[in-house]
Formats: sequence, C-alpha cells, structure tokens
Amino acid sequence: MTVSEPQDLNTAEVQAATAQECPPLESNSEEHLEAPAAVLDAEEDRLYVAGQWQLMWWKFRKHKMALVGAGILIVFYLIGIFCEFVAPYNPEAYFIRYKMAPPTPLRIVDATGKLRAPFVYHRDRSKDPETLRDIYTENNEITYPVHFFVKGEPYKLWGIWESDIHLFGLGPDIEDQGVFLFGADRMGRDLFSRLCYGARLSLSIGLIGVFLSLALGIVLGGISGYYGGRIDTAIQRVIEFIRTIPTIPLWMALSAALPADWPVVKMYFGITIILSLVGWTGMARVVRGRFLSLRQEDFVLAARLCGSSEFRIIIRHMVPSFLSHIIASLTLSIPGQILGETGLSYLGLGLRAPAISWGVLLQEAQNIRSLAQAPWLLFAPALAVILTVFAFNFLGDGLRDAADPYAR
Amino acid sequence: MLGYILRRVGMMIPTLIVISMISFIIIQLPPGDYLTSYAATLRATGDAVDEAELASLRERYGLGEPIYVQYYKWMSGILLRGDWGQSMEWRKPVKELIWERMALTVFLSLISILVSWFVAIPVGVFSATHQYSIPDYLFSALSFIGAGTPGFMLAMVVMWVAMRQFGLNVGGLFSEEYILEPWSWAKVVDMLKHLWIPVVVIAFESTAGSIRTTRANVLDELNKPYVETARAKGLRERNLVWKYPVRVAMNPFFSTVGWTLAGLISGQTLIAVVLSLQTNGPMMLRALRSQDMYLAGSFLFLLSVLTVIGTLVSDVLLAWVDPRIRMEG
Repeated sequence: MTVSEPQDLNTAEVQAATAQECPPLESNSEEHLEAPAAVLDAEEDRLYVAGQWQLMWWKFRKHKMALVGAGILIVFYLIGIFCEFVAPYNPEAYFIRYKMAPPTPLRIVDATGKLRAPFVYHRDRSKDPETLRDIYTENNEITYPVHFFVKGEPYKLWGIWESDIHLFGLGPDIEDQGVFLFGADRMGRDLFSRLCYGARLSLSIGLIGVFLSLALGIVLGGISGYYGGRIDTAIQRVIEFIRTIPTIPLWMALSAALPADWPVVKMYFGITIILSLVGWTGMARVVRGRFLSLRQEDFVLAARLCGSSEFRIIIRHMVPSFLSHIIASLTLSIPGQILGETGLSYLGLGLRAPAISWGVLLQEAQNIRSLAQAPWLLFAPALAVILTVFAFNFLGDGLRDAADPYAR
Repeated sequence: MLGYILRRVGMMIPTLIVISMISFIIIQLPPGDYLTSYAATLRATGDAVDEAELASLRERYGLGEPIYVQYYKWMSGILLRGDWGQSMEWRKPVKELIWERMALTVFLSLISILVSWFVAIPVGVFSATHQYSIPDYLFSALSFIGAGTPGFMLAMVVMWVAMRQFGLNVGGLFSEEYILEPWSWAKVVDMLKHLWIPVVVIAFESTAGSIRTTRANVLDELNKPYVETARAKGLRERNLVWKYPVRVAMNPFFSTVGWTLAGLISGQTLIAVVLSLQTNGPMMLRALRSQDMYLAGSFLFLLSVLTVIGTLVSDVLLAWVDPRIRMEG
C-alpha cells in the first residue's frame, strides 16, 4: 500500500463531486458559458425558495434503494389491505387432492413453443412406489388459462362489501385444479392466499405497534425533554430499566401471560401493546434528544417572547421541525415490531391459528422433516418477512438522509 | 479508576432491585398461583397429592399472602439461601436447572461476540481504507443483508440446508449420547464440534452491524489532520492505520459491548429454540408455556442481571480507554 493512495482517492472523489455539482465549469468555450450560468442561477433560486418538504423530497428521490423499498412496501400493503381480493382462494379452503403440492408453474410459453396468455397445465397426482409420497406431474395436454378479475369464491371485503371477484384465478368451473403460486400446505391450503391474509395481520401489527410506541414516546419523551430536571431524570431511569431487560425474553414472558383462549382480535391487540411497551423507549429517546436541542433555538425563544402558550410552541413550532426525524426513526423501528410478532407467533406465544400471520405460517413450517419435502412452506413466508424488513430498512435510511436536507 | 468502578457498582444496586421487582410481577401475571396448577398437574397425571408438601411449599413461598410478602420471601430466599424457588414441571429446585443453561448462554454469547469482532474489525478497516473498491461494495452488500436477516430465520434455513444436503440434524449443542452425561473432556470436545453452526448463526447479525460501524468510524478518523501528519512524517501506512485511527474507532465497540451482549442474549433465545440448543431459550419457553413461573422468572431476572453487568463492563472498559470519562465521574 503506498502512502499517497488514499490522497489520490480523495482528490478523485472531490473532482467527481465537483463535476457532478457544477457541470458548467467543465466547459471552457466562451459561447457556452452564458447559458449554463443562467441555468445554474435558476437552479440555485429553486433551491433557495424550496420548502423544507420539497428539499427532502429532492434528496429522497436520489436514494434509489429507498425508492425501491417504498415500492415494495406499497405493493405489500396493498396486498394486505385487499387480501380477500388478491388471494385466489379462501385461506381455509382445503384442496384435499393437493396436500403439500409444490408451487404451480405459471407458464406463458406452451408445449409447441408459442407465446400465449398466462396459463397452467393440468396436474396429475401419482404415488411414489417407494416413499408413498404424492408426486405431481404436469400434463401438457390440458391447459387452463389464468383469468384476471375472475369470479371465484364469494367473500366480504373488510367484512362489509360482498363480492366474488378475485384478482386472478382459474374460474369457478375448474374446481379440483388450483393455481398454487407458492404451493400448498399439509392440509392442501393455498400458501399464496394464506400469505396475502398473513400480510394483513403482520404488516398492520408493525404499524399499529409503532404508532402506539410513538404516542407513548412523544408524550413521555416530550415531557422529559421539554421540562428537563427531575421529571427528566425519573423518565430516563424508567427507560433505562426497561432497556436492561432483554427484549425477546421480556416479550416472551409478557405474551405468555396473555390467556391462550382469547379470541384473535383481543390477542392481536394484546401482542401489539406488548410490542410497543418496549418500543416506546427508543422513540422517547429520539424525541427527548430533539426537544433538548430545539429548546435552545432562537425561534422557540421568539415564540415564547411573543406570548405563545407552551402547547402552541410545542405543536406549532417544535413538532414540525423534528417531525421528519421522527418519521425516519419510526420507519426504522417498524421491522423490529414485525419481527417481534413473527418471532412470538413462531414460538407459539403470539398469534395462533386460526389467525393467519406470517409468524403463524412459519410456526406451521416448524417441522423440519416435512420441510425437507416442502421447503416452500418455510421459504415463502420467510422471504416475505425478510423482504419487508429490507424494504423498511432501505426506506428508513433514505428518509433519515432526506430528513436533514442541509447536510452534505 | 477504582473510585469510578465503585460508584458505578453502587448505581447498579437500585437498578437490580427494580429489575427483580419487574421479574417478580411478570411471574405473578398469569392467573392462579403456581401451586394450584401444580396440584392440578399432579392430579391430572394421577399422582398422589401430598397435602403436607403443598402446605409446606405454600408456607415457604408465601403463596396466598399479599404480593409484597411473596416478593420478600422470594428475594430473601435468593439472597440468603440461594433458593430460586421450585420448578413445578421438573420437580426440582430452580437453582439445579438454571446454572448450566445460563453458563452455556453466556459462553455462547461471548464466543459469538469475539467471533463477530474477529471478522468485523479487519473487514471494516479494509473496507474503510479501500473505500469504493469492489471488495468494499461486496462487504457492504453482505453486511446489509446480514443486518436485515433475522437470526432465527437464518437458523431455520441453515437447518433446512443441513437436512437437505447432508441429511443430518444440526440442532443441539451435543450429540445425543452426551446430552444427559455429566461434564467430561469428551463432552467438551463433542460440544466444540457442534458449536460452530450456532456461533455462526448468532454472530451473523452482529458481525454485519459491526462491519458497518467500524467502516464508518475508521472513515471518519482517516480524514483527520493527525493522520495526515503521521503520513507526512513517513510512517508506514499499515502501522499508521492500525495504531491510531483504528484504536480511536474501537471506542464505540467498548461502549456498546453491554448492549451487544444484551442483543445477542435476546436474539440467541429465539435461535436457541430453533436449533434446540441447551441454553436458556428452549427451557424458558417451555417454562412459560407450562406456567412454571419461578423457573421462567428466574431466567428473566438472570438475563436482565447479565445485561446490567454487561453495561457495567462496557462503562469500565470505556473509562479505561478514554480518560476523559473517568475524570468527569
């Protein structure tokens, strides 16, 4: 390694940065000098008059991974919200002939090599003579086209609107042949449909939990940071105590205290509250830190001298200026809560069947021997969880960078 | 320095008291006291219920009395007699059950921290000194994946791969014939053979985080004037990097070792359940499921105590490497 190497790197970096920021300086010819300078001015003007949120959006836009993350999350949440419509089947419907059937390949090229609308082949079931396991073979004589916005099993969207239109499916006439995008489970239930319904519980638990944490965190962190002194010390102590108890064992102990015979809805809120009992401490720390640093800002002093009430100062002047940071750290703490639910349900302490969440699906995939035959039972829900976690992390990183548009 | 340590230990005591209270309240959360369910279990299995034994247990743990009396009896039992209560399910005193499990938990967590540092520090320093090179991008991508993948899912995938590819069950810390054996040299050797899978799985997530921390910290330090000065004086690059910036960049590792340990202990609880390791996880889960609350509560209390000790250790280490802290007091 030579001594000058890092320096070279630095100069190269600086050059690259300059080139990016002010391209006009590169061109030396006289006639080109005027126009780019004007553009530069216009751009600078735009930068100076842009509002805080506008600046954040510009900065956020540059973060490509964050945009990808946001896209993934929008799709996942839409699936969760409209799961009855997206899922081709009722998640509890059994296809007795398709126990542990592997994923149905969705095809667009048929046996003759022609391109056509998506379809699936008929699948024949036979038994392996040695292991007595079911084997599914595709019969490429019979094809079933996949229809979109097709009539299927009736459902009630959000328990209100009755409908029988599904996003896709084979249609009601073909009953014993299913399109199992992610395969079927031990009882012949469509895993994709179950994942869609699981998305509703798993994704919303993270959101609601984080909002509960936020509410607690803003109130207690706000009090702590705004008033300081003895109240601050007391609240900080409480936070320290809670944080010294290892999270997962604490969650386990608390959720074990919830009666196992509670109905799904009650259990759902119980778990959410348990998750946010720990989550608020992190939020309170962020809020407190922001309050402490903002308290000394001139505009807060100015507002106070103008006779604003404390409440007005907090809501009107302080909250808007740290809201962006809060949103960023909020986003980064959602995966923890989603994983919390997943882990607890996996252990059998959280949501339990008949509730369907990604954790419950993972718990059903617990048997390692059945996994050897049907790995999709593990990989489909695991990938859903991991993708969600990644998407939130990327989005949160992007938001955190964007939250401070003046940095760098 | 000694004064600083003493002050910190003094501050620990109220924390420990509150933690013990919280653990005890959590023990008490499920409805019904544990002797009732104990008697119910005995009746269900058809065993004779020894009323005299029940009465003596009831007396000893103050069941049926107000909660503060029960707490006092539990606490004084621990402090004066080392009696952590009775495990209803195992029909043994809790203290006979937990120590081996806790020791393995601590051992596994410490090994995992060491392994993750051993990997993360050189990789992080390399990434920082070779910023924007291909290996740097590779390591950054890897550490991003590691930080996003929850440990227990990684454990499930590892189990599946081992099952599928090698047809073996990688769960557990020991081969079957050693599980119930007392400790012996052969058992230790056997454990070391099984150790690497859990360690890799547990260390994976924290390694990823540590790589990112090291890289960011070393990068910050590399731009400082003292590095330039040292370089201008003709110090060899290798010596320069490892002797000054890396040493400063290590500070956060010391200051967060307590939290890292807590995170590992917390995370490995789940991983241990998946891999059925002989640590706190599976036993605590079982205790919670069967409402064996003295056992579960003792685990919760001890795990929290470990975190408090971890924080103490990191504070002391930080004070040791950074004189400004111990001077401030």
